[in-house]
Amino acid sequence: MKAHQSDRLASALLWVGASAIVMLLVAFLVLILGRGLPHLTVEFFNGPDGVRGQLFNSFYILFLSLVFSLPVGLGAGIYMAEYAPKNKLTDLIRLSTESLASVPSIVFGLFGMILFVNMLGLGFTILGGAATLALLNLPILVRVTEESLLAVPRSYREASLALGATMWQTLRKVILPTALPGLITGITLVAGRALGETAILIFTAGMNVSRIPFDVNPLAAGETLAVHLFAVKSNPLPGTNADQIADGTAALLIIMVIVFNICLTIPSRWLQHRHQGKNKA
Amino acid sequence: MDKIVVDKLDLFYGDQQALNKICLTMKEKSVTALIGPSGCGKSTFLRTLNRMQDLTPSVKISGKITIDGQDIYAPGTDVVLLRKKVGMVFQNPNPFPKSVFENIAYGPRIHGESDKKRLNEIVETSLKDAALWNEVKDRLHESALGLSGGQQQRLCIARLLAVGPEILLMDEPTSALDPISTMKIEELIAELKDKYSIMIVTHNMHQASRVSDRTAFFLSGDLIEEDVTSILFTRPAKKKTEDYISGRFG
Repeated sequence: MKAHQSDRLASALLWVGASAIVMLLVAFLVLILGRGLPHLTVEFFNGPDGVRGQLFNSFYILFLSLVFSLPVGLGAGIYMAEYAPKNKLTDLIRLSTESLASVPSIVFGLFGMILFVNMLGLGFTILGGAATLALLNLPILVRVTEESLLAVPRSYREASLALGATMWQTLRKVILPTALPGLITGITLVAGRALGETAILIFTAGMNVSRIPFDVNPLAAGETLAVHLFAVKSNPLPGTNADQIADGTAALLIIMVIVFNICLTIPSRWLQHRHQGKNKA
Repeated sequence: MDKIVVDKLDLFYGDQQALNKICLTMKEKSVTALIGPSGCGKSTFLRTLNRMQDLTPSVKISGKITIDGQDIYAPGTDVVLLRKKVGMVFQNPNPFPKSVFENIAYGPRIHGESDKKRLNEIVETSLKDAALWNEVKDRLHESALGLSGGQQQRLCIARLLAVGPEILLMDEPTSALDPISTMKIEELIAELKDKYSIMIVTHNMHQASRVSDRTAFFLSGDLIEEDVTSILFTRPAKKKTEDYISGRFG
């Protein structure tokens, strides 16, 4: 085959691949949102079977899990990228992180149940759920942080240190701002996982919702939207519109993830812009 | 007055010796060029003078380097102050992904300057001293990455001048630049040497003869010969120097 023919063929194949992704996304949104949006009424949130509590719990658990995992995950990632010497120990840490990152989430769920629900005797709680979710996300956060920091050119570090900056100043003023887009992607990734996670939360946060609206007690049981979707679909209670609730919940979950990503991306773009000056080359 | 005195400097990467009993003296407000083939140790030597070599793991250094009479490898030496005094320009221009202004203001800021008016002054004088002011004065708040390679390198020099150094180390500062940009940097070096002591690594012998007062020739980790530039290039004392400058190897 002639070179330009194979070039054209390759372009065509790649184009088909890319458009398939877009069409898939459109089909997905049309189907899920199309079925679910009509059910998103005030009744859907506030009625007797309303998901107000689940919606609140989803964000509350997400928030708590990020509070637990971000400082440790970012800290460990920064240490691995910038401070850790290259030796057997750090290789071992890296290997452990990678292995933990590929553990199925339901196994983490079981671990959380053994540790928080049984051994510590907390029962099904928001706290236990958030802590287990944090454990699930920790290895990914460490990896993403390390990779984003290592992607910052070495020459930036040299320039800063050669001007007499300390390691900490270099990290704070040059490396972290440059790595910010990568870090935000990482946080979006783990947050998305946390919003959608079911297996872990069934075992640790339970499938009940507090009677008090917006109950911030971390020791209350806390069913999230994703768990609720699983619950109503797999074990519909008699006398409820299980299918409608499930469709509505699925649509709501999608909207939540999209809104959450936008909320994280726009400020990060703005920060990035401010940091780099206008007209980035 | 002697600014830098290097006495019997040995440097090892692991077991491999990269510098061998280097002895070299540099006078204040002069330009010394370091020449030699790739891998001869000239850049390695340069990086011992601001202790950037400390960042490379498994480097061992012995011997003595004094700057203004102070042993820079003595225990208790403040590396931050050393690097403020002994600045470095790298082979590839490495501005931060920030605005032109923020690049220059970075150094003064980390050394504790926060007064906005003072920072504006420092940015302006540094850019003027680096002969870049006229080209960037209307785009101070645009990204430094949008400048040309030669402008970026002069920006890096301005960034360095902003922290008030006394010695400038330049590691092949023009090897990534076109001839016009190279000429501008060489003119700049000629101006800067009234105020600063400059040590420049170059693989371009014409550049060494154009910009430097003295030249040192390195080969395989040894300092073969160091002399007044015009003498070294016309009447070298050592056979190896003669072979190198006449292009017989390297």
